Amino acid sequence: MAFQWSVLYFLVLLQVSFTPIFAGSSGEEEFSEELLLRPLPDRKVLAHFHFESRAPPTEIYGHHHRLFPKAIYQLVQKFQIREMELSFTQGRWNYERWGGFNPITSANAKPPGVELWAILDVPPDQVDASWKNLTHTLSGLFCASINFLESSTAYSSPDWAFQPSSRSLRYGALPREAVCTENLTPWLKLLPCRDKAGLAAILDRPSIYRGFYHSQRLRLTSTEVGSEKGMESGIVLEQTLTIVLEPDAQRPNTNHLGGRVLQPSWSLRSIFGREISGRCVLAKYSTVFIEVERNLVSELKKLGRRRGVAEIASDSWTDPFFDLSVTPDKTIKEMNVTHGDSSSILYEFSTEKYLDYEPFDVGLTWKLPVVWSSPQAPFRASRFLIGSGNQRGSIAISLKSTEPGEGFMSDLAREGCTVRVDVFQVVPWYVKVYFHTLQVFVDGRHRRVTDALEKIHVSPSEDKVSPGLMEMVLRFPCSMKSATLTIEFDKGFLHIDEYPPDANQGFDIPSAVVRFPDFQASTYYLKDNSRKSALLSKFQEKNLLLSYTEILLVPLATPDFSMPYNVITITCTVFALYFGSLLNVLRRRVGEEERFLKEASMRKGMLPQLLSKLSAKLRGKYKDSPQSSSSSSSLLNPKLMFKVALVAGIAVGWHYYFE
Amino acid sequence: MKPRMMAGSSGDTKNPKIKPRPIVRIGIFLISHSIVVSLLCFAAGIVALILLPLFAKNTYISENALMPGSANSMLSSQDVKEANKLVKDIIGLKLSSEEARIEIPRLIAQHMADAGSEVYYHKFHPQMSQFYPLHFFSGSPNSGNIKENHSCVSHAINTVGIIRAPRGDGKEAIVLVTPYNSEKVELGEALSLALAYSIFSLLTRVTWLAKDVIWLAADARYGEYASVTAWLRDYHIPQFSALEKLDADICFESGYPHEQNENQIRTDVISRAGTMAAGLVFKVVDKHKETDKDTLSIYAEASNGQMPNLDLINIVNYLAVHRQGLRVKVEKLYFLLDSVFLKIVGDVLETIGKVARSLNARWEFGIPVADYIDGAATLASSMYHQALGVPTGSHGAFRDYQVDAITLEISPKVSLNNEVRILEFLLRGGRLIEGTIRSVNNLLEKFHQSFFLYFLTSPSKFVSVGVYMIAFGLLVVPLPIIAASLYCDANVLDSHCIKEQQKSGPASTNEAGIAFQSWRWLHAAKVVLVIHLWGAIVSLLPYLMYQFPEMTPTTSMLSWGLLSIASLLFLHQILGSPYSCVTVNQSPNREWAVLKSMMIAAAGIGLGLMSIINFATAQIGALLIVPMCLMVHPLKHVYRAGRLRTLAVTACNISLGFIGFPPAAFLFLKAYSEGLGSVSAGDFWNWVESLWAWNSATYLYLGHEGYRLKHCRHGHCQGGQNQRAGEQNDRYRR
Repeated sequence: MAFQWSVLYFLVLLQVSFTPIFAGSSGEEEFSEELLLRPLPDRKVLAHFHFESRAPPTEIYGHHHRLFPKAIYQLVQKFQIREMELSFTQGRWNYERWGGFNPITSANAKPPGVELWAILDVPPDQVDASWKNLTHTLSGLFCASINFLESSTAYSSPDWAFQPSSRSLRYGALPREAVCTENLTPWLKLLPCRDKAGLAAILDRPSIYRGFYHSQRLRLTSTEVGSEKGMESGIVLEQTLTIVLEPDAQRPNTNHLGGRVLQPSWSLRSIFGREISGRCVLAKYSTVFIEVERNLVSELKKLGRRRGVAEIASDSWTDPFFDLSVTPDKTIKEMNVTHGDSSSILYEFSTEKYLDYEPFDVGLTWKLPVVWSSPQAPFRASRFLIGSGNQRGSIAISLKSTEPGEGFMSDLAREGCTVRVDVFQVVPWYVKVYFHTLQVFVDGRHRRVTDALEKIHVSPSEDKVSPGLMEMVLRFPCSMKSATLTIEFDKGFLHIDEYPPDANQGFDIPSAVVRFPDFQASTYYLKDNSRKSALLSKFQEKNLLLSYTEILLVPLATPDFSMPYNVITITCTVFALYFGSLLNVLRRRVGEEERFLKEASMRKGMLPQLLSKLSAKLRGKYKDSPQSSSSSSSLLNPKLMFKVALVAGIAVGWHYYFE
Repeated sequence: MKPRMMAGSSGDTKNPKIKPRPIVRIGIFLISHSIVVSLLCFAAGIVALILLPLFAKNTYISENALMPGSANSMLSSQDVKEANKLVKDIIGLKLSSEEARIEIPRLIAQHMADAGSEVYYHKFHPQMSQFYPLHFFSGSPNSGNIKENHSCVSHAINTVGIIRAPRGDGKEAIVLVTPYNSEKVELGEALSLALAYSIFSLLTRVTWLAKDVIWLAADARYGEYASVTAWLRDYHIPQFSALEKLDADICFESGYPHEQNENQIRTDVISRAGTMAAGLVFKVVDKHKETDKDTLSIYAEASNGQMPNLDLINIVNYLAVHRQGLRVKVEKLYFLLDSVFLKIVGDVLETIGKVARSLNARWEFGIPVADYIDGAATLASSMYHQALGVPTGSHGAFRDYQVDAITLEISPKVSLNNEVRILEFLLRGGRLIEGTIRSVNNLLEKFHQSFFLYFLTSPSKFVSVGVYMIAFGLLVVPLPIIAASLYCDANVLDSHCIKEQQKSGPASTNEAGIAFQSWRWLHAAKVVLVIHLWGAIVSLLPYLMYQFPEMTPTTSMLSWGLLSIASLLFLHQILGSPYSCVTVNQSPNREWAVLKSMMIAAAGIGLGLMSIINFATAQIGALLIVPMCLMVHPLKHVYRAGRLRTLAVTACNISLGFIGFPPAAFLFLKAYSEGLGSVSAGDFWNWVESLWAWNSATYLYLGHEGYRLKHCRHGHCQGGQNQRAGEQNDRYRR
C-alpha cells in the first residue's frame, strides 16, 4: 500500500514538475464548445454543435492528457494518422432548401450512412494494412460496422479529386449503415464533460433523432507524425453534430394559399426539450451563436425599406421582424467581399454566466412573415439511374444551374469564362462500368467528351478485388444551364455467398462527390471579436465547395436462395441418370446376355412353366405363348389388374373401417 | 429418341428373348397406344382445367415485413375535410377545356407545394400507336420513338409531387397515380385527386416514412395509360437530346401554368426519387349503383400476362376487408355466371364433395355451386386477360419497368351527393391507401416472397403455377407422343415398301435408299419451315400497310387478307412447290404421316416456348391447337372409310380450323357475346391493332397459329388448283 502511494506521489510530482515547463512554450490542452443555430427557409432550424479538443505535440507535452481523449490519442499514435474524418449520417441534406454555399454545408453535409477517409503517414506499402487495422479499431470505438470497409472491394485510394492530397489517402463509404444513439454515445464519451454538462447536455436523444437530418462527424488533424513534426498545433480533434429539426408540428394554415405564413418561433427548449444550464467547466469557452443568413438579411432589408424601417440589427437587438428572447453578448457581422450588399449576422451568447437554477434558453420569435432562400452552390448535382431490368443500365450525373435564366453569376458570364467541376465517383465491382461510354450533354446538346473533360483518372474495377474509381476534372462554360454525364454499365453476377443479407433489397452505389474548386465556401468575419472562436476560425478557413449526390440502388439479379438445394437435387438426379445409363451401355455385352437367357430358358423350372401356361390359357392363346407375349401388353395383364384392384379395395375398406 | 427406340425394338422383334429396359418399354407402350393415351391425357387436361377453382388456395401474406394493419391509421377527418375543399375547388372551376387544361394542374401543384413537397410539371405528347414488327424482341419498351411535329396545344401536363422521407436515404420510392381527364373532370376523378391529396398531406407530416412518395396526377387526356407511360419513360429512359428541349422552350410560354407566387414549380426537369418499390393507381368510380358496401375492384394484369407480386394484392385485400370493411372484387366474365355447363359441373362437384364428406369427415374438397361458378368466372377472366396480354389499366405501364403495381377502383355504395357521405367515403378510401403505403414502406427488400405466376379465382383465393401447370402439361403431352407414333408408323410402312421393292426390283439401290429414308423427315421439315416463313411474312405485313395511312379498318383487313394470299403465291413461285422433290418410291401414306408428325412436333415446341413467355396464352392455345393436331386426318384417306365417319371427321376438321383461325374465332366470340348485329370485318383489325399497341406477345402467337391454319387452307386450295399426285399431300397437313 505504502509503495503504491509513493508511486502515485512520485507520478504527481513528476506531472507537476514537468507540466509548467512546457505549458509556457506551447500552450495547454484546450477544449471548447460551441453551438450555432440558424433558421432555415423551410420552417426548420439547423443546430450545429462544434466541440474542439486540442492536444499539444507529444514531443513537448508528453503522453499524458487531462482533457484530450486517450482513445483518440492512441489511435493517432498507433496508425500514424495525419488526417482522418469519420461521419455518421441519417437523412439527406436538402441542398436546395437548406443551402449549398456555406461552410457548414460543405463540411457537414455528408452522405447517408458512414463515410470514412484517412491520410496515414506510413510507408506506401503499409497503408492498406494500417487502414484495415484502423477500420477495426474505429468499429470497436463507435459501435458501428466500419470493419466492412476493411475489404479491398469497399475502399479506394483517390488520387486528387477527393482531397488534393498525398497517395496515402484511403476513402470508403457504407451507405447502408444505420445510425442511431449507439453511435452517438461513444462519440459523446470523447468529450470531457460527456453529455452531463455544457452544451452537450441538451442533446436529448428522442428529439435529436426525430429530426430531418442528423450527422455526427469526427475529424482529426495531427502534426504528430511525418514531415510536419514539431509544428505548433499537435492533435486537433473536431467533433461536430449537425441536426435539422422542425420546431413544432403545427402545419401552416392552408387558408393562406397565396399569402405569407409566419415562420415558426422557437427556443432551445421547444426544439430540444432541454435548456443549457451553464457551461462545461473544463471548456475554455462555451458559446451559442444564432446566425441570420445572408439572403435572409437582404430580404429583411428589402422588407424594411418597404416598410420604412432603417437598417436592421445595427445596434438594436430587437428589430421589427424578429425578437431574440435573450440579449446577445455581441453581434458579429460578416466581412463581405463578394456577395452583394448584404452580409450575414451572428448573435453571440456566452453560456458561462448561466447556472442550474437560471438556465439559458434562447429563442427566436418571428413577428412578420418572411420568405427567403438559402444561398446555393453554382450547380445542383444529382445522380440517377437510367434503364431498367437486370442486364444493363447507366448512371447519369446531372448538374443544373441554380440560378434560373442566365446561368450562374451573370456578371461573370463573359466569353471564355469557364467553371471547373471535379467529380469523384466510386463504383462497386459488380456494377461494371464501361468508361469509354462516357457521354457529356451540355444544355441538351451532345458534346465531345474531350471538350468538357480536362483531366480524368480511371482505375477500373477488378472483380471481387477492388472497386472502380473515376476522378474527373470537367470544365463548362459559365453560361451553361444544365449538363449531364452518362456512363453505361453492365450488372454483374455475384457468387451465391457474396450476397449480403436481405439481398433482394438491391445494391448501393455510394455517393459521388462533386466539387467546385473555383469557389470558396468560407465566410470571413470582421475581426472585432476579442476572443478566438474555433467555430468561426473554421468558417474562415479555406473551405472547398462540394456536394454529395444521392445514393443509388441497383437491383441486381438475385437468386432464389432456396434454389441451390433444388439445383443440387436436380443436378444429382440428372447426373445419376446420365452416368447410370452410360455405364450400362459401356458395360453391357449383348452376346453374353443372350447366351445366359438361352441357358436360363433351357433350365426353366416347373413352377415358372406352369405359370406361363396358366397365363397363356387365361389369354386364350395357348399355342404361341412365348412369341405373343409382347412387352407392350404385359402391363395390361388382367391378372395384374385384378390384383391391383383387390389390394386397392382392401386398402379402402381397411381405411374406411378404421376411420 | 423415341422413334429410334421404336425402330430398334421393331428390328428386334425377331429375337423375343431380350426384354428392353423398363423406360424403353414404357415409351414403346405409350407410342403403341398413342391414340388412347393422348385422348386420356387431353380429357384429363380439360378436367384438370375445369377443376382448377376447386384447387384454389387461400391467399396469405408471405412477406412478414409487410405487417398490414398493425399500425393505427393516422388519417384524420381534418385531412379529409381539407381534401374535400380540393374537390369543391376542382368541381367549382367552371372553365373551358382549354383553361381547365392549365388550371387544374396549377391547382393540384399548388396544393402539393403547400403540403410541403417538391413539385414539377411533366409535359408530354401522346404517342401514336405504331406497329413495330420486332418490337417485342427489342426488350426496352418504347425505344423506337419517332419525333413528330406537335403543336404546343397538343401536349398534356402531368403534375408530380415528391415527398422526401425525412430520415430515409432516398433509394426507393412508392408511386401513387391518380388519372384524371383534364378536359372534363368528373366527380369521381376529383374525388380520387382529393383522396390522393389527403394522403399526401398526411405523409408530409408522418415520421415513419422510409421511402420517398411520388404522387403523379396523370393528365389522361390521351388515355391514362399514355400519360403514365410517358412519365415512366422519362423517369427511366430520359432523352438528353436537343430536340425535346427546343420544343419545350418554344412551348414554354403557352403551355405551362403561370406561377404568381414564390413557390417555384419547375417545368424543365424531372426530379427523381430512386428505384420504385411499388405503384398504386387509384380511381374513384361514381357508378350510381346501390350496393350494401363500398366496393373495391382490383385490377392487376399487366402486359403479356405478367402479374404483380401476390403480396401486393394480399395486403390491399386484407386491409380492405378486415380494416375498412369494403367489398373487394376482381374482374370476372359475367356471362359465365349464367352458364348452364358450369352449374352442372358445380352441382356434380358439390355432390361428390358431400358424398366424400359423408364417407370421411376429413375429406373436404367439395365447394358450393355458387362459389364454384364464381371462381370459374373469375378464373376465366384472369386467364383471358393474361392470355390477351393487354394490361387492364395504367398499372401495366409499371410492369414494363419491373415495378409491381395494381389499380384500385373504389366505388361508393350510394351516389355521392351529400358532403357527409363524401367525407366518410374519403376517410375510408384514404385509410386503405395509407395502410397499403405503410405496409410497402415497411418492406426492406423488394417484393419477392410471394407468387408472380398465379391466377386469381377470388380476391382471397388463387391458383398457383404449380397447380395450373398440370392441366397444361396434360394438354400438351399428346403432341410428342402422337408425333413419335406417326413417325414410327411411317417408318414401318416404309420398311414394308422396301421389302416389297427388294422382292421385285434389284438390290443395288438398297443402301442408298435406306440412307435416304433416314433423312426423309428433312423434306417434311422444309415444308413446315416454308409455311412458317409465310406465316412470319403475313404477320409482318401490317408494318408495310402502316406506310399507307388513312385506311379504314375494313379496307385494312381486306388488303391484309389479299396481301397474305398474294405473298403465298409469290412464295410458291419463288421457292417452287415444296413438294416437287417427292420421289416415286414414297407412298403418300407415309408422306402425310411424316408431315403431320413434323407439324405436331413444331406445334409442341411452340407451345412449350410460349408457356415460358405467357403461360395463359399457351394454355388457351393448347386448348385450341391440341385437338386440331389430334383430329387432323387426310381427307383422301377418310373417303375410304365409312361415310358417317368421313362426314364427322371432315366436319370436325373444318369447324376446328374455323375456330382456330383467329379472325373467325374473334368474330365468333364477339357475335356470341354481343349479338350478331355488331360484327364487322374491321373489328378484327382494331383488335389486332390494340395488340400491337401493347406489344403483346399474343400477337406473335396469333400469327403463329394463324399461319398454320392458313397453311391448312392453303393446302386445300392448292390441292384444288393443281391436281398432281405429288402435291395432294399438302391437303393432309392438318
